Amino acid sequence: MSTVTDAPTRPRTPSAPASRTARLRRSADRPRRSLPLTLLTGLVLLYTLVPLAWLVISATKTEKTLLDSPGMWFSGHFALWDNIRQTLTYNDGIFGRWLLNTLLYVVLGAGGATFLAVLGGYGLAKFDFRGKKTVLAVVMGAVAVPATALAVPTFLMFSKMGLTNTPWAVIIPSLISPFGLYLMWVFATESIPGELLEAARVDGSSELRTFFQISLPLLAPGIVTVLLFTTVATWNNYFLPLIMIKDPDWYPLTLGLNAWNDQAATAGGEPVFNLVITGSLLTILPLIAAFLLLQRYWQSGLSAGSVKE
Amino acid sequence: MRTKVVRHTLRGAGLVCAAALALTACSSNSSSDSGSDGGAVSASALDAALNKGGTITVWAWEPTLKKVVTDFEAKYPKVHVNLVNAGTGDKQYTALQNAVQAGRGAPDVAQIEYYALGQFALGKSLQDLSKYGASSLSKQYSPGPWNSVSLNGGVYALPMDSGPMALFYNKKVFDKYKLKVPTTWDEYVSDAQKLHAANPKAYITNDAGDAGFTTSMIWQAGGHPYTVNGTKVSVDFGDAGSKKFAGTWQKLLSDKLVAPITSWSDQWYKGLGDGTIATLAIGAWMPANLSSGVPSASGDWRVAPLPQWQKGQTASSENGGSSLAVMKSSTKQDLAYGFLKFANAGAGVQDRIKGGAFPATVADLNSPTFLNTPFPYFGGQKANQVFSASAKNAVTGWQYLPFQVYANSIFNDTVGKAYVSKTTLSSGLKSWQDASVKYGSEQGFTTGK
Repeated sequence: MSTVTDAPTRPRTPSAPASRTARLRRSADRPRRSLPLTLLTGLVLLYTLVPLAWLVISATKTEKTLLDSPGMWFSGHFALWDNIRQTLTYNDGIFGRWLLNTLLYVVLGAGGATFLAVLGGYGLAKFDFRGKKTVLAVVMGAVAVPATALAVPTFLMFSKMGLTNTPWAVIIPSLISPFGLYLMWVFATESIPGELLEAARVDGSSELRTFFQISLPLLAPGIVTVLLFTTVATWNNYFLPLIMIKDPDWYPLTLGLNAWNDQAATAGGEPVFNLVITGSLLTILPLIAAFLLLQRYWQSGLSAGSVKE
Repeated sequence: MRTKVVRHTLRGAGLVCAAALALTACSSNSSSDSGSDGGAVSASALDAALNKGGTITVWAWEPTLKKVVTDFEAKYPKVHVNLVNAGTGDKQYTALQNAVQAGRGAPDVAQIEYYALGQFALGKSLQDLSKYGASSLSKQYSPGPWNSVSLNGGVYALPMDSGPMALFYNKKVFDKYKLKVPTTWDEYVSDAQKLHAANPKAYITNDAGDAGFTTSMIWQAGGHPYTVNGTKVSVDFGDAGSKKFAGTWQKLLSDKLVAPITSWSDQWYKGLGDGTIATLAIGAWMPANLSSGVPSASGDWRVAPLPQWQKGQTASSENGGSSLAVMKSSTKQDLAYGFLKFANAGAGVQDRIKGGAFPATVADLNSPTFLNTPFPYFGGQKANQVFSASAKNAVTGWQYLPFQVYANSIFNDTVGKAYVSKTTLSSGLKSWQDASVKYGSEQGFTTGK
C-alpha cells in the first residue's frame, strides 16, 4: 500500500553538546550555510511530506469525491469525521479489533524483542565467556538476513507445530531482533563503565541487582531506541502475518487494510477506498506520536558511542 | 468469483508468493483418510451427517456467502460454519497451496475460480464429488461453468457463479460522440478511433494486460490454445482464434486507443465514472461492482451483447466466475458437501442472486423474474436477458491449463511487453506459450506445442 508511509524521518540534528569542551569546539568551526545543501534537504523534506499531505487531504473525502476531485486539494465537502466514524464501525467495527491485535503483537513482540536484546546485549558486552566471538559472528550474520526470506520456512515449521493462524505465529518470530541485540551490545559497551560494575560487586550487590538497579537506568536511551526500532518493524509487519494468519479476526492493521483494499477487486465487492485511506491515516498516527514523544531518546541512541568524551 | 486479476506490478511480497506457489504447484499431498475415497454416499447418509452436526471451515472471499452461511446454520442448527476470507484470488491460492504442502491448516471448503480449478484438482488437493452423486447435477448448470468443474471424468467442485461476457458501454459518451454500439470487433475498433479522435482523453476501454481478459477473448474467437488430456498438455497461441484476437487487439494497442489503466484500481473506477473509459467487455457479475464502485455514473451505462468476430454470429465466452470445492484433506467431507449443495444447488443460490451475484444455475438464468428484473443503474434495462443469452452461447470446448494460476502470474512478463514496448501481441503470446510449456515440463507434464 503506497499510502501507508513511514513516519517522516526527521533530519538529524547533532545532539546537544554534552560537555563544555564540545560546545567550544563546535562554535570554533561553525558550519557554513550551503544553499545547494539546503535545497537538497528541502527537496527530501518535500518528498517525505507530500505523500503524507495527500493522505491527510484524501482522508477528508467521501468515496465518491475521492474519485471526482483533484488529488492534492480538498473537495469542498469535509468528510473526515464521517470517514473516521465509518472506519471504526464498518464490518461490525473490525478495525478496532485489528488495532488491538496490532497492539498485542507490538507489546508482546516488540516488547519481548527489546527485553531479550537488552539481556543479550548486556551479557555480551559485560561478561567474558567461551564462544562469545562465535555468538557475535552469528548475530552479525543474522543482521544481514532479511526476515522476509525466513518467512516461508518459518511457516512450514510453525505449521508442523500447529501454531499457524494463532497470534503466536506472529509474536514468536518477532521476538528475535538481531539488529536490536547488536545495538544493545554496542550501547552497553559504551555506556556502562566496567569500574562501576566492579564497585557494585565489591559492595556485595548480586549480579541481578546490579543489572536492574545500576545498569538498566544507564541503558535507558538505548532501550528506547531498540524499542522504537522493533515497534516500527512489528507495527508495519506485513509479510509474516500474511503468510501465517488466515483468520481476519487475528489480522494486524496492515493485513486488514489490504483486505479492504482488495474488496475493490472482487466481483460483488464494495470498493471502500475512503476507508482504506482513513484507516491508513489512523494506522500511522500512533507511530508518529511515538516518534515525536521519544525523539530525544532516539537521537541520543543513534549517536551513541560516536563521540568520545 | 473471479475477477481478480492479475497483478501488474509484482510487489516484493508477491514475488515471493509466486515463488512459493511455483514450488508447490502440482505437488500432491493427499492426507485423506483411507475411508474417504470409499463407496458412494447416499443422500440419507448426508442428511444424517448434517443433522448430527459439527464445525467446518470455509475459505471464500465472495461477500454474499455470509447470508448463505446464516441461512444454512438456521436450517442445520448443529452445523457451525467458520467462514474465513483468507485472501482474494491468487493470494488465497498461495495460502491454500502452502497449507496443502504443510499438510495442515487447510479448510474443509475453498472458493476456487474456474481457471484455477485444474491446478488444484490435478494436484490431488480436491475431493472428487462423484461419490455424492454430483454428476447428476450436470443439467442444473449452464454449460460453461459445468465444463469447468468436470475434469478428468470427475466432478471437483460445484459452480457458484458465472461470468458470461457482455459489452458494458457508457451510453452518455456514445450519444455525445454519436457512436454506434458495435456489433463486431471491427466496428469496435472504428468506434475506438472516432472516440479518441474526438476527445483525446477518452478511450474505448482500458487494458494494461490482463490474462483473464485475453484468454476470454480468445475463447470467444473460437481459439483453443490449451489442450489438456490427463497429464498431456499442449499450448498453441498460433491457432486461428488466437490470431484473430491478436490481429484486432494489436490495432488498438499500436494506435494507443486503449487506456493504459489497470483494472480494479482507483484510477479505473474513476475512469468508469467520468466517461474516459467508454466500454468494458467483461463478465456478467460486473453490475454489482458498477453500482457500488461507480455510483456517480448511475443511469449512464447500458449492456449490449459482446461484439462478434463475424457479423451475425452470437458467440460468447465466460470471464471469471468461481466454484466451491471440498478439500481432500478435510475430515468432514460429508458436512462440507452438504454445505456446497445448499450454497450452490439449494436455497443459497437465491440468497446470492438477491445479493447481486450472477448465477450459474439454468433454472435461475431462465426464470421470468430473473430475466425481467429491471436494473435502475442501467436506466431500467433488463440486462439479465443479455447475460442469460450470453451464458447459452459460450463457445464449448475451452480448457484451462492445470497450472493456469502460475501461467497467469507470468502473463505480464511475456504478453505484458506488448503493452509497454514495441513487442507485438502475437510475439508476446508466443513467449507466454514458450514459458508455459517450459514450466509444464518442469512440473512433469508431457508437453507439446
